[in-house]
Amino acid sequence: MEFGPHLLLASLEGATTAAVLALTAMGLSIVFGVMRVVNVAHGEFYMIGAVLAWFIATSVGAHPALGFVAALLIAPLLVGFLAAGVDRLILRHINYDPERTIVATIGTLYILQQTTLMTFGPDARPVEPPFNSRIALPWFEWGENGFEFYFPWGLSTTSYKLFVIAAAVVILITLWLAITRTKAGLVMRATQQDSDMAQAFGIPVKTVYSVVFGLGAGLAAIGAVLVVPIQQAYYLMGHDPLLLSFIVVIIGGLGSLPGTIIAAILIGMADGIISVFFTPTLAKIFATLVVAMVLVFRPKGLLGKSTS
Amino acid sequence: MSKLIKPTPTLTRRTLLGTAAAAAATPLLGRYAQAQSSEPIRIGFQVHRTGIGASYGRWYDRTTTAAVKRINDMGGINGRPVEIVAEDDGTDPKRGAEVVEKFATQHNCDIGFGTLFSHVVYGSAPRAGELKLPYFVVSEGHHVASGALNRWTMQPGITDVKSQVQAMAPFVADNLGKKVTMIYPDFAFGHDHRDYFSEAIEKQGGEVVAKIAIPPSETSFTKYFPKIPRDTEVIYHVMIGPAVLTFVKEMGEFFGPSKPEIFGFLDSLEAVDINSPGLEFLEGTYFWEGNPRHAQADQSSHDKMYREAVGVDENGASVSDAKDVSTYSHMFGCWETLNIVKRGMEAADYKGIADRSKLIEAIEEMSDMPLSDDHPQGAKRFNGKTHQTFGHQYISKVDSGKLVLAHTSSIEDTLYEDEVDYTAQSF
Repeated sequence: MEFGPHLLLASLEGATTAAVLALTAMGLSIVFGVMRVVNVAHGEFYMIGAVLAWFIATSVGAHPALGFVAALLIAPLLVGFLAAGVDRLILRHINYDPERTIVATIGTLYILQQTTLMTFGPDARPVEPPFNSRIALPWFEWGENGFEFYFPWGLSTTSYKLFVIAAAVVILITLWLAITRTKAGLVMRATQQDSDMAQAFGIPVKTVYSVVFGLGAGLAAIGAVLVVPIQQAYYLMGHDPLLLSFIVVIIGGLGSLPGTIIAAILIGMADGIISVFFTPTLAKIFATLVVAMVLVFRPKGLLGKSTS
Repeated sequence: MSKLIKPTPTLTRRTLLGTAAAAAATPLLGRYAQAQSSEPIRIGFQVHRTGIGASYGRWYDRTTTAAVKRINDMGGINGRPVEIVAEDDGTDPKRGAEVVEKFATQHNCDIGFGTLFSHVVYGSAPRAGELKLPYFVVSEGHHVASGALNRWTMQPGITDVKSQVQAMAPFVADNLGKKVTMIYPDFAFGHDHRDYFSEAIEKQGGEVVAKIAIPPSETSFTKYFPKIPRDTEVIYHVMIGPAVLTFVKEMGEFFGPSKPEIFGFLDSLEAVDINSPGLEFLEGTYFWEGNPRHAQADQSSHDKMYREAVGVDENGASVSDAKDVSTYSHMFGCWETLNIVKRGMEAADYKGIADRSKLIEAIEEMSDMPLSDDHPQGAKRFNGKTHQTFGHQYISKVDSGKLVLAHTSSIEDTLYEDEVDYTAQSF
């Protein structure tokens, strides 16, 4: 494949990865930002989102689009409630102590993963996309007749992949508006800045924590529902998103939402482009190297605020 | 046991409890040994119940259960019933070695059996050799015949990749094209494909123009396809793992209407319905099949009997769930291996664990095995020196959503020179 079309294809693949990653990492980032909880079980909430999407889509059974819309509405809600339950049953009882929450969420990870294995089973299961047509993309060149378009071999994407990118952008903008322009967002930000003071002013901090933990997991689940028609629902699928989300959140700055977006685009695109031109292993090496560099030169992340 | 009586600086409640438990268990063990001749023959079944091999594991399990039921219905082995002791290895090499150890030391199994994924075979076989446990793999890897393993490890029920690809190369070169791009999983099994197919296609005057290795845990594939050179005439694909459906689907999306010839190993679609949405482009392409998934027009009575016994319908899916597609190209290996073990134990007059080496020697003596209810996939020729069996290979064409047999290779097409003589190794 020639360089130009090759790069375009790589960028499109990278953009899809980045879109899903931005949603998933955003969930992790919000939870850390508001609650100071490092949620190691985040990838499992993603996985459960995908598995529920499969379950809902197959139960609805009618046209694939109907099943998909139902999954997109219901699965993140269910995952959100599940996560809020985890917050109430586990995290609240250990007082959100940083070390103990890590251990507790590792335990949650295994409980969720093994429960899925015992019920859903070890197989990967596909969800049919609501629509999916191959879109051949044109490229241009300076030929004998001057500037002309042509369709290079293999340069294509699917309508569904473009939809994933658009959906992620819409959801992230909605989230940003909700955090910056609504009362609920104000309460969240107040809790993030100083939870004791927020409590003193009558904000029900415990409820905020439950909602935020549910919101974080719900965002991961939305990412998973979007990705499951491209990939498949599988009980071990939570591992990679967790790792990449941590990388993104560390690079972007723990708790910084714009930083998370920038880092997700950086890592997603780099993953797409480096994987296509070189190897996926090199893409992982690159991501890890960026993390190391950020930790050395900007320990708070690209946009993280210094607490000092 | 050695762990329990290891000297400890102080006597804790735990060690006391352990010692007491060991003492209590000893008389039981003695009684078991005395009554052994009427005890069942215990076959340790190493099964990929979880992890990336799970769909294969499910069907290996069903096939094994059906084969053992048939053997027991016919009176067992040497008058003793056969019992399966199944252990999940998580499709993980490290766990595989532990499972083999459990068979030998805890479960008192006569043999170990059933491993499929080649990295798990590589992880487990050395331990089986150390424990002197006859270890029957159903894996397709060239690892047994290459001489990399040991005298205790055998693959009598399924052919290996080297012989399979050697039989495929002439068909690919004559019918599809000579410039081949290979796409394969990046571990031992895929490397066997890469090395032996490249060699075989060169002998046919063809060449491999690109080799694209994909990590077996990969979930997204479009990024690999631009590496396919434009002058490729044939795509040769073989993929494994939970994401095979995604792999094939994204390949179709990449090529769109201008696809080259496509030749795949059915591994890329094992346990996947070939009529899944997005796979329409496979119409007219060719697949290697270990054993034709769809019941063919000239289906043998043996295949019919085997299909029924395992519970597979004429489309290769479970009779109880049409969506639960089998791993038909591989699972016959369990059926045939168990029948060979039965004949081996009968020939060796196998009485118990002390006769394990006699069992190996008896199977090493075997050679031609005709098409029969014991060997429903086809006739086999076992090579006692390399511990590897050879057999017919099938090439099917996708025609109206069905795999229709287009070519059957002879056993001679699959033979190659011995690379090892395990019989020269001591036990």
